[in-house]
Amino acid sequence: MKSTLKLTLGLASAMLASTAASNVAHAEDLTLCWAAWDPANALVELSKDFTKESGIGMKFEFVPWTNYADRFLNELNSKGKLCDLIIGDSQWIGGAAENGHYVKLNDFFDKEKISMDDFVPATVVGYSQWPKNTPNYWALPAMGDVVGWTYRKDWFSKPELQKEFKEKYGWDLAAPTTFDQLKQIAEFFQKREIDGKTVYGASIYTERGSEGITMGAMDVLYSFGFKYDNPDKPYEMEGFVNSDKSVKGLEFYKALYDCCTPPGASNSYMGEGVDAFKSGQVAMHMNFAFTWPGLQKDENVGGDKIGYFVNPKGPDGDQFAQLGGQGISVVSYSDKQEAALKYIKWFANKDVQAKWWSLGGFSCLNAVVKDPGFPSSQPYAQTFLDSMAIVKDFWAEPSYASLLQASQKRFHDYVVAGQGSAKDALDGLVKDWTSVFQDDGKM
Amino acid sequence: MLNRTADSVARATPEPLARKVRGISDKGLAWLFISPTILLLLAINIFPLFWAIYLSFTNYRANRPNEVVKNVGLANYKRILGDQDIWIAMQTTAHFVFWTILLQTLIGFTLAWLIDRKFRGHAFWTTIILVPMMLSPAVVGNFWRFLYEPQIGLFAYAISFVSGIPPTDIQMLSNVSLAPWSIIIVDTWMWTPYVMLICLAGLRSIPEYIYEAAEVDRASNWRQFWSITLPMALPFIMLAVLFRGIENFKMFDMVNLLTGGGPGSTTEVASITLKRQAFESWRTGYSSAFAIILFVAVFGLANIYVKALNKVKQR
Repeated sequence: MKSTLKLTLGLASAMLASTAASNVAHAEDLTLCWAAWDPANALVELSKDFTKESGIGMKFEFVPWTNYADRFLNELNSKGKLCDLIIGDSQWIGGAAENGHYVKLNDFFDKEKISMDDFVPATVVGYSQWPKNTPNYWALPAMGDVVGWTYRKDWFSKPELQKEFKEKYGWDLAAPTTFDQLKQIAEFFQKREIDGKTVYGASIYTERGSEGITMGAMDVLYSFGFKYDNPDKPYEMEGFVNSDKSVKGLEFYKALYDCCTPPGASNSYMGEGVDAFKSGQVAMHMNFAFTWPGLQKDENVGGDKIGYFVNPKGPDGDQFAQLGGQGISVVSYSDKQEAALKYIKWFANKDVQAKWWSLGGFSCLNAVVKDPGFPSSQPYAQTFLDSMAIVKDFWAEPSYASLLQASQKRFHDYVVAGQGSAKDALDGLVKDWTSVFQDDGKM
Repeated sequence: MLNRTADSVARATPEPLARKVRGISDKGLAWLFISPTILLLLAINIFPLFWAIYLSFTNYRANRPNEVVKNVGLANYKRILGDQDIWIAMQTTAHFVFWTILLQTLIGFTLAWLIDRKFRGHAFWTTIILVPMMLSPAVVGNFWRFLYEPQIGLFAYAISFVSGIPPTDIQMLSNVSLAPWSIIIVDTWMWTPYVMLICLAGLRSIPEYIYEAAEVDRASNWRQFWSITLPMALPFIMLAVLFRGIENFKMFDMVNLLTGGGPGSTTEVASITLKRQAFESWRTGYSSAFAIILFVAVFGLANIYVKALNKVKQR
């Protein structure tokens, strides 16, 4: 009887202890929030090393891009505790910093000797600083990204097409270096029969619902001379947003949409672009660099069939590209900030960053991207590096969502629906953005 | 036996409690039963409504919890009523409501009239006709998006087969003129069965003896339709129009799935604008005012309509 009692007590204690232990383990688990895409899968793989080293478990909350902003901005605005760490979009930084959603990382960086000078400058400004160009850090640059282009190298190298192209345009068919060249190539391929299939010139961003057409149009407008505001007088937009050069840039984007995109591509963003390229519909494809590792591995269009090029130059030789990517931040409403900071410290480590790149993530650490072996590490590595050197980003103001919504409407109305002129669209945009900044008390 | 048990339970009930229970009137008991529902209704319907009315007079933004909320009076309402984009969205909504109701009523009533003939297999065909209504709007929106695809969509190929126009030129969702119709077609396809059901109920409610009397008076089929069928089914048709009108005024899911309001703002109905203002721009006060305006518009129109419906019923 005594031994039975002892056994029962022993079992009960063991069960209690194991429950307590598992509770402790769960209490230490961190939840990382991000978009559901290929790099997120790479991060899951990478984070296993963190769990091994620290004993802290990692949980992930990934949301498709179309709902990413809605879902996580709602979470932050409601001071939710779901996310301990968040990889938030670059444009969120102003709002997240001013509304107290992110933990300021300056003291932590100083304590842990993490220097922002060790990261690609554009990513520090784009993903980490608020106000921009001031040493106030709210995130660690996590996933470098930029809009660039892929093209069908196998089609470009067909002798009969090269000959025909040279006869028609007077220069060799190759990856374009100017937007004029890009349009000529797109026109050349539009509705052409290749291997018994009708193909089209280019896939570009035209999506209306979130940020697609703005990312695409801006990617072109920057190189045509578009500026967000007067460099000497912030928020003065008249004559900058709607300058003659900007108008020409927007007209070019519309012309490219009208002449050279696949039928029905009126609401196309990252996923639709990848589909168009993978299914062999288009000769060229505008998209963020994160799509490149997946395309490179694709059996039908990857390997030797795919090439990459940096966003081409505008008429005056200016060359810029739309910044993508995100930084990783600690959510100020999290109860596990200490553990979350441990993750950031671990993630900033050079070896971890090198592995991050090898798994398909895009590291922003200079030690990785400036390594002599980096350009040859992947076929797209050099294009990524060159693109990251010329980036510009959309407004990162706390009101970025209203600013974005205005540009989505103005650009889509003109480019896709063909309503009004480019000048009307940009004049309207100045009006909308002015109203937003006036509401914010910034003008 | 049961009585004995009830008696023993009643006897066992402590006197103070028994006195309390005996004191509840029928009305009190009724309130006791419905009070949880009323509380729930107050919590999830009435309170948010009053809260939205309050917010509509402020500059509140849900994404800026730390900012001081200021009372802006009627500024949000003035701004909305003077906003050209809002009026365009309202016009787009009116366009959808008009055409979807017209088509759904015409086709729905015709189908109901045919089904009411009780031909062989009519039960089977009724079930088949009802299928679209049973599907989830998310499923319907997605598969119609594929059907409308100019390169692989069956719709484009079917139109091409009939018209000879190349399928890649039939861009239902991208073309400014066709995009509104693409949504009207899908909504009509999905909700005509609903109108048909209500009309069928109306047709079946007409007593057979009225037709027999008309036969005796040698009234033609055409005369019977205009003098008996249509007037007697009219209250049901009007009810269907009311239900579909209110639903389509709020139309969101189908537009969001098919066009997202595009191309440009061609199909941006009021509910899409409202969602963008509320959950993308985070202009909570402004969007609350817009929601109140929409609510008052629907409520007002529905009231006028219900009065008309009652007059028709009294005839």
